[in-house]
Amino acid sequence: MKRFDYSRPASVAEALAAWQPGSAWLGGGTNLVDLMKTGAVMPDRLIDLAGIPGLEDIEVSDDGSARIGALVRNSDLAHDPAFAAAFPMVAEAILAGASGQLRNAATVGGNLMQRTRCAYFTDPSSACNKRVPGSGCAAVGGVNGTHAVLGWSDSCIATNPSDFAVPLAALGAVVSVEGSDGRREIPFSEFHRLPGKTPEIDTALDPGELIVGLRLPAGAAAFRGHSRYLKLRDRTSYAFALVSAAAALRMEGDTIAEARLALGAVAAKPWRAAEAEALLAGQSPSPELFTRAAEAATGGATPSGDNDHKIELARRIAARALTLAAAGTPARMPALPASVHGDNAHA
Amino acid sequence: MPDTVQFPMRFGSSSGQPVTRRDGIAKVTGTATFAADNAPANLLHAVYVSAAIARGTVTSMDVEAAKAHPGVVEVYTPDNVPPLPGDASSKPFMFAFRFEPLQDNSVRYANQPIALVLAETLEAATEGARLLAPKYAAETPRIGLDGNAPFEIEGGGFGLPGTTVHGDVEAGHAAAEASVDLTYETPEQYHNAMEMHAVVAEWDGDHVVLDVPSQALVMSCAAYGYYLGIPAENVTIRCPYLGGGFGSKAALNGPTVLAIHAARLIGRPVKLMLKRDQMFGPVFHRGATRQRVRIGVDGDARMTVLDHESLAVTSSFDDFIESAANASQGIYSAGALRSAHKGVRADVGTPGPMRAPGEASGSAALESAMDEMAEKAGIDPLEFRLRNYAETEPGSGKPYSSKALRECYAQGAERFGWSRRPLAPRQMTDENGMLVGWGMGTALFAAPMFAAKARAVIRPDGTGLVETAAADMGQGAWTVLAQIAADSLGLPLDMVEFRSGASTLPDAGVAGGSGHTATAGGALHAAGQDVVARLAEMATADPDSPLHGAGNATIVARDGRFWVEGDDSRSDGFADILARNGGAEIEGTGGANRPQEAGAAHAMYAHGAVFAEVKVDPDLFQTRVTRLVGAFAAGRIINPKLAESQLMGGMIWGLSFALHEEAKYDMRTGRVVNGDLAGYHVPVNADVKGLEVITVHEDDPYVNPLGIKGVGEIGITGTVGAIANAIWHATGTRIRRFPVRIEDLLAGSR
Ligand SMILES: Cc1cc2nc3c(=O)[nH]c(=O)nc-3n(C[C@H](O)[C@H](O)[C@H](O)COP(=O)(O)OP(=O)(O)OC[C@H]3O[C@@H](n4cnc5c(N)ncnc54)[C@H](O)[C@@H]3O)c2cc1C
Ligand code: SF4
Repeated sequence: MKRFDYSRPASVAEALAAWQPGSAWLGGGTNLVDLMKTGAVMPDRLIDLAGIPGLEDIEVSDDGSARIGALVRNSDLAHDPAFAAAFPMVAEAILAGASGQLRNAATVGGNLMQRTRCAYFTDPSSACNKRVPGSGCAAVGGVNGTHAVLGWSDSCIATNPSDFAVPLAALGAVVSVEGSDGRREIPFSEFHRLPGKTPEIDTALDPGELIVGLRLPAGAAAFRGHSRYLKLRDRTSYAFALVSAAAALRMEGDTIAEARLALGAVAAKPWRAAEAEALLAGQSPSPELFTRAAEAATGGATPSGDNDHKIELARRIAARALTLAAAGTPARMPALPASVHGDNAHA
Repeated sequence: MPDTVQFPMRFGSSSGQPVTRRDGIAKVTGTATFAADNAPANLLHAVYVSAAIARGTVTSMDVEAAKAHPGVVEVYTPDNVPPLPGDASSKPFMFAFRFEPLQDNSVRYANQPIALVLAETLEAATEGARLLAPKYAAETPRIGLDGNAPFEIEGGGFGLPGTTVHGDVEAGHAAAEASVDLTYETPEQYHNAMEMHAVVAEWDGDHVVLDVPSQALVMSCAAYGYYLGIPAENVTIRCPYLGGGFGSKAALNGPTVLAIHAARLIGRPVKLMLKRDQMFGPVFHRGATRQRVRIGVDGDARMTVLDHESLAVTSSFDDFIESAANASQGIYSAGALRSAHKGVRADVGTPGPMRAPGEASGSAALESAMDEMAEKAGIDPLEFRLRNYAETEPGSGKPYSSKALRECYAQGAERFGWSRRPLAPRQMTDENGMLVGWGMGTALFAAPMFAAKARAVIRPDGTGLVETAAADMGQGAWTVLAQIAADSLGLPLDMVEFRSGASTLPDAGVAGGSGHTATAGGALHAAGQDVVARLAEMATADPDSPLHGAGNATIVARDGRFWVEGDDSRSDGFADILARNGGAEIEGTGGANRPQEAGAAHAMYAHGAVFAEVKVDPDLFQTRVTRLVGAFAAGRIINPKLAESQLMGGMIWGLSFALHEEAKYDMRTGRVVNGDLAGYHVPVNADVKGLEVITVHEDDPYVNPLGIKGVGEIGITGTVGAIANAIWHATGTRIRRFPVRIEDLLAGSR
């Protein structure tokens, strides 16, 4: 592999100072190192964040908000009792991703920044506008059964693969970033970007900016009693989502006071379905209502290749996730998280 | 062999015991050395460049840039690599496949090696390979079953199944009162053993020592010798363990030979280990098939014809046709039988044997078609199979050497609860509203045997030493063969030293075809008997032995002593006999092969029945196999624990075939786009639950003296069809393309 420099700063300030064009932040390395091995990305310098203190805290507050440091490992977050109780569908989503070993290594920041799993992106000998702007998009007309059905453009039809990001989008998380110009907060809806004509830009993070943490706003925990993350995939574990959905309801009696819905693996960003949420608010749960909400959530979806099935599956998983959310968050998370086969899926 | 002593060997004190894998601790603690773990002094690391096109030519490579990289020692390309002494485009022996030792700049499939970089470190070699940045003139590749015109096959050689016909097929079709005519497709599947192909080659003059995973150690020496231009005896293979073989390590492959060649050219030891994505090309795979299965039945649901045709993909430059249609031979008592094969050439690496080659793909189609025929005939799928039970081998009319398939059906069905199965689909749901379906399939696998030799020694201290160049690729040869040897020597297992895994030992044949235990075990048994006979002869001739003059009396060896059968007062210890007779060790040899007459007179197969339960989400179609029960009759089971593991492994492979495994090609470039273990799906732990294996007792006096068949591959057969049939039973949707995917079930439901 290409030679690169490596440094391990001891503070955020040192990290920011070390950054120069061609550098890459190293979290758990579970995505970045794989891409370096194929040659899809070739940083000159890795700045390993692991030595920075203070970015590993998980704080859940009484107002239903939470703060999570960027270096918290995915497993630690999912298994933090206070966090999992307040935001069960986030825990469920994390545990639905990758494998135990990967989750132990992967960081919160790295998860949000993970690149698409489009096979042509990973392979340096394929045309890819995301990897080499202007080179074309090999996925168009290629193997694209898992590509985007929402928000894609002619220049890129890739999806964001993160499970974790889907419930975060639904709950309106905020990403805290720090750069040489100081700290700023980026609302989740603006964090990941649709491709448009610049698919090489995945996120709103500026070059040299670092994710330092993540915030769930006050009231986010109010959905805890009725929230689920559901993931459809080709095998029971250790597979990326074909489609997924995070559904959360704040119930007042039999009425949905407030609803949150986001779809995963359908677009270059986790797809928050505001129209569906509006449609659900003030209603009482019913199969018809959930079907209509699911329709609304996938409104405007079009296949970008051999993937029409994803539109119908996204609709169905949205309706199912809403149904399960309405039924209430299970007291104990299913042993096999986020399986559509229900609680006793892995009895 | 003295004729005064007879040997009704007492066989079974070790055999039949569920002895735990003897190499298990070494493996889980990491002390077992696999080929790539070896690092001789002065080692160079090799990395080869994989072609990024499937068809065309390499027009340039930046050799200067690669050579300039620190640590890079040499770059071999077609411009500077001397040809191999042996012609890689010839097929000098049965298991030879053509390969490219950088002979020219043409590219015949994606991931073909096009240059080899040697460097002081793996990192430098890797970067050197990248810096070569090859440029190509690409041509449109021919990929898949429809990428080229099919061609007829003259059957005969290895990987060249022809057409087999028994009875009057046309009459069989005409006589049918009901029939099905169905087409199934199976995909390209690639070998992905945990241990990727690797070699460490160290030359000394014109001798070479190879640490290389091999399923056929002695045979491979001759093959390497041919390509390297040296006698077979100048090649030594050390292979104590393989991290999985499954057929891909039975034959030589191009990258390995190239690395050995490079080691000789550069004059230093060289190590090459394939990267995971390089497994998708030069090291064999299962070719895709399209199979047409036609079945006709009379009014009684008895088959008038079973007509199975298969089209299989092979490469543009060599032949290996997945012999799928042959799965319909030997299994059901159809009035007429036809198995026919055609090939189609594609710009892919040459396919090769992959666990149950032919049988796996063929059984997937056949067992699905059997289910569809049963449905059409309106009878239970198990009843349909029983009605067409073959009492003798269909076609040949030969008796089976043994066949406990009826018992397999019965025991499997009983354990599974098959009798409660509703005939119609979509009748069962679980408490979560999932659709539940039950399906079954028949498992069949030939019980071959190859030639092998072994040596056995009884040492002065009374312990045993046995030797044969067997291959343990995880199946348990280290354990099972030692059990056989111990019994043959009349010694407890812990008093026998078993040497194996090196080509300097007697030839144990190939670990393939599910015949290794029978073959290598047979040789060990014969060698053990030989040395025991010599020792017994020594004892009975020894005036100081309590056995002196036992004459024609029956002597048995047990626990390191000889006993006069039925007279426990007369016995003599191995060590004592040797001590009184000069104190030297005593040696015997033995060989094994299929007993000729029995082989000609009988049809020899292992049999089984697999029952599957699936649960399918009615809206989202995620499918889980919730129960798999397999009942198998495979002759004498030497080690029930390991045999069960093998059968389970086979069934899991079948699950993989049914639901997961598939190489996805970009038809424009001919490249596999999911060439890694994140994208090339096999089942994970969570996909496998409720797996049960029953071994049905079977005595077979004909297959070989020990009555051993094989358990390595049969588990796949039957299982694929059983799962597909269960999916149909759950959903009412029949998917005839493997693997069965969510999107197919969705489309089928609408
Ligand atoms: C085989 C496999 C299967 C997987 N399956 C799933 C799955 O099913 N679902 C799923 O959601 N994920 C899956 N993943 C992806 C996994 O979740 C990510 O690899 C992981 O979350 C990345 O985290 P990391 O800390 O290792 O990131 P790294 O690999 O270290 O970094 C990833 C990217 O983020 C950048 N980065 C890291 N930290 C920061 C920071 N603090 N600020 C700014 N940028 C940063 C890096 O520069 C890099 O570009 C899978 C991965 C593998 C290898
Ligand atoms: S879909 Fe996007 S990531 Fe994939 S090849 Fe096209 S541009 Fe690249």
